[in-house]
Amino acid sequence: MPSINVNGEKRDYSGDSAMPLLWFLRDELNLTGTKYGCGAGVCGACTVHVDGVAVRSCQTTAAEVTGKSVTTIEGLDGNGEHPVQKAWREVNVPQCGFCQAGQIMQAASLLAKNKAPTDDQIVEEMSGNICRCGCYQRIHDAVRLAAGGV
Amino acid sequence: MLQYFETEARTARQVQGTIENVSRRTVLGGVLATSSFVVALRVSTANAREALTPYPTGAAGMPHTVVADPNVFIAIAPDGAVTIVTHRAEMGTGIRTSLPMVIADEMEADWSRVRIVQAEGDEPKYGNQDTDGSRSMRHFIQPMRQCGAAMRHMLENAAAVTWGVEPALCRAKNHQVILLDGTKKPSGKSLSFGELAKAAMAQPVPPQDKLLYKTAAEFTLIGKGSTKIADLHDITTGKAVYGADIRLPGMKFAVMARPAVLGGKVKAHDAAKALKVPGVEAVHELEGVHKVPRGFGILGGIAVIANSTYAAMAGRDALDIEWENGPNASYESVAFDKEMTATAAQPGKVIRNQGDPDAAFTKAKQVFSADYHAQHIVPAAMEPLVAVARVADGKADIWAPVQSPYGARKDLAEALKIPIENVTVHVTLLGGGFGRKSKWDFMVEAALISQKLGGTPVLLQWTREDDLRHAFYHTVSVERIEVAIDDKDKVTGWRHRTVAPSIISTFKEDTGYSFPIEYGMGFVNTPFEIANVRCENGKAMAHTRIGWYRSVSTIPHVFAVQSAVCEVADQLGRDPKDFLLELIGSDRRLDPKALGFPDDFWNFGDPYEAFPIDTARLKNVIRIAADKAGWGKKIPARQGLGIAAHCAWSSYVATVVHVEVGNDGKISVPEVTTAIDCGLYVNPERIRSQMEGAAVMGMSNTVYSGITFKNGAVEQSNYTDFTVARMSNYPKKVTTHIVDAPPGTHSGGVGEPAVAPFSGALCNAIYAATKKRLRRLPTGDIVT
Repeated sequence: MPSINVNGEKRDYSGDSAMPLLWFLRDELNLTGTKYGCGAGVCGACTVHVDGVAVRSCQTTAAEVTGKSVTTIEGLDGNGEHPVQKAWREVNVPQCGFCQAGQIMQAASLLAKNKAPTDDQIVEEMSGNICRCGCYQRIHDAVRLAAGGV
Repeated sequence: MLQYFETEARTARQVQGTIENVSRRTVLGGVLATSSFVVALRVSTANAREALTPYPTGAAGMPHTVVADPNVFIAIAPDGAVTIVTHRAEMGTGIRTSLPMVIADEMEADWSRVRIVQAEGDEPKYGNQDTDGSRSMRHFIQPMRQCGAAMRHMLENAAAVTWGVEPALCRAKNHQVILLDGTKKPSGKSLSFGELAKAAMAQPVPPQDKLLYKTAAEFTLIGKGSTKIADLHDITTGKAVYGADIRLPGMKFAVMARPAVLGGKVKAHDAAKALKVPGVEAVHELEGVHKVPRGFGILGGIAVIANSTYAAMAGRDALDIEWENGPNASYESVAFDKEMTATAAQPGKVIRNQGDPDAAFTKAKQVFSADYHAQHIVPAAMEPLVAVARVADGKADIWAPVQSPYGARKDLAEALKIPIENVTVHVTLLGGGFGRKSKWDFMVEAALISQKLGGTPVLLQWTREDDLRHAFYHTVSVERIEVAIDDKDKVTGWRHRTVAPSIISTFKEDTGYSFPIEYGMGFVNTPFEIANVRCENGKAMAHTRIGWYRSVSTIPHVFAVQSAVCEVADQLGRDPKDFLLELIGSDRRLDPKALGFPDDFWNFGDPYEAFPIDTARLKNVIRIAADKAGWGKKIPARQGLGIAAHCAWSSYVATVVHVEVGNDGKISVPEVTTAIDCGLYVNPERIRSQMEGAAVMGMSNTVYSGITFKNGAVEQSNYTDFTVARMSNYPKKVTTHIVDAPPGTHSGGVGEPAVAPFSGALCNAIYAATKKRLRRLPTGDIVT
């Protein structure tokens, strides 16, 4: 049976090979921190890491990540103490909070590959993630703050 | 907001009468029917506490008004843990934190030992729960302070009994009660809240008129900036529970196919292919509510139930459905805009008349006139609609991100044909609301599906496409403003015509005319000192479901009014800010009668005597925003500042937008400066976040977001064509200035007031930068 490593655990996958990873995570593994926002890869709410890189889980089939490592918001840090998560709390980023898991995963992916992103690089990386409440100013500030601590 | 429609015909006088009756009976224990601010009747200097006389609010006009019983909202455990119930829905404003802060501060609880519990939908128990209309703090700061103060007295009284002393010698402070000696100094003896818990909660609840409240100087949480929202850690770790995160044993997943055109019906359908999709377990037809007015009745359609959301979606794709569209299939946005524009060019129904506007226009040396257009918008919260229902054995449990859980509960009981006592509505966090989640059609759908499945729990997920195509739409509009100017360049006449399908069409037979709530949102109450004013309403029928979206009719009204002010200023060679201040005129409280406001003038639900429109407060925020933004400073070419302001939801907001228009025409906003006077405020940190969010939503409303119809159906499908502001182009730096209003100034709303001014301010800024005047929303992000 094909398996996916999710947050450090091997999870067997037996369903429809076309099922997006998002629904495998949410409906089969009950990892509900990853959110459905658009189903079209244009809002970023479903962002997770595959082998450390941010992807849209609504546009990635479970089959595509067979044998790979998937990290969700629940697995980013065991105690929720990833520098990005800490920065998010320090800056009081969230309003409704729904998009924030995706935002945090996107930011963590950016900082993993670029420890000191410029403002333009932050904007470029984060522009795929919509926040309808309008927390962008604080998201930007929090990414900058986290960059000091990664 | 729904109750607005039930109470729309009430005059301010009648609302005032309701307040007196209700509050004398059950609520505030004797509201004075005066416009007095909070008055200190007696002050105990030793405790620096004061008696307060409640002022009337619009809460009295709401279903189930308010409850101010500490035993309903507060529980203290023997270990000292304090549980505070929050009965309003959290959708991002921070209210789930802010109202408990009020209680905790007033009762002297240590915030770190407070646990917050979300109330189920139960208005007879908690008071009104319709989290809408920027009302939570406006309506509930008083009852929450009352709960907290009463519990503090109960703790002090319990300590007095324990020590055998007068209660006056017992003082609650930071989670304990201290015994004072004869000179009112701490004696060294104290009892913790935990030690007093049982005895305190058994104490009789002191009546409102016997309570002493903390003075503003003693507040530790109210008005301070350091309190973080209760759910912050859970949100950043993925543990926060939203609607779709509920999991029940044996739960199935469902999606629905609904008619594209309002009033459409399933003519025929074939589920054979859908049922062959792996994971699909059942297909059911739900009958729509087709009686008009529809209210929040479900649209009807075909539900596909499966073992995952994905399978249900795939099953829906495989359905064969033949639809019957009905009369609304003729709705077409381009033609409708032309129709509204023609209507706006003709006299309409007179809603406000002051002086002799016709004469003013006849005598005018110059007349300005312009039409301002706006498209439909959908709330498009990041969390699409979703509900989980289990309807079994005559009982129903529904979990949902809902702004109005009790209204939903009533309709659920009716739809399921079971008594309301057997329906429980559990309120999850809301992944944004903006008005859509006070309409509970999605919850009724989920419940009916579970009932059809014989009690199987089901999660009904709306897709983003569903969310955009089956919304309650922010209305489409044409606003015409005409201004008469005399030979001394003075404005002598003002005519405003609004043409927009009305929200009331969702609840009553559509006459094509708006109703007092829409008129009250920056249309009839434009606070200008002009001798001759007429506000008229042209007819426009609704062809889709019209609903309220954050800031509602202030969006088109304030856009038009504030754009026109700037246009006339330019025509007269005046500075737009100075001209705006001049139009507002002298410091005064507007006299609705003298100004010809309609008899049923709606003041955001609040009694006018207690919440009058005060031009001094409006001018103050304009001056603050202008000063802090450096109004008049020299700025580079193709950059500009624009200003707009209004009084709404009993708060005052002014916004200065700094725009930069690139050589390619691209609009960007490096800076926004907002000043708000919302009276006594609780959580400035969350007020700032609301101001920042309002600027982003304002940017979306102005530049990006529009919904259009063709053949009766929505043309847009997802965030690809219903666009919103992203990190790539949003107001980069929003600076918020919160006015420290004089003590006793009543709390106003915060969630909505700052959105509408942004549109006028941005278009005024674009004009300053380019001399191009944009009068159609959304403008697009390129100035051509």
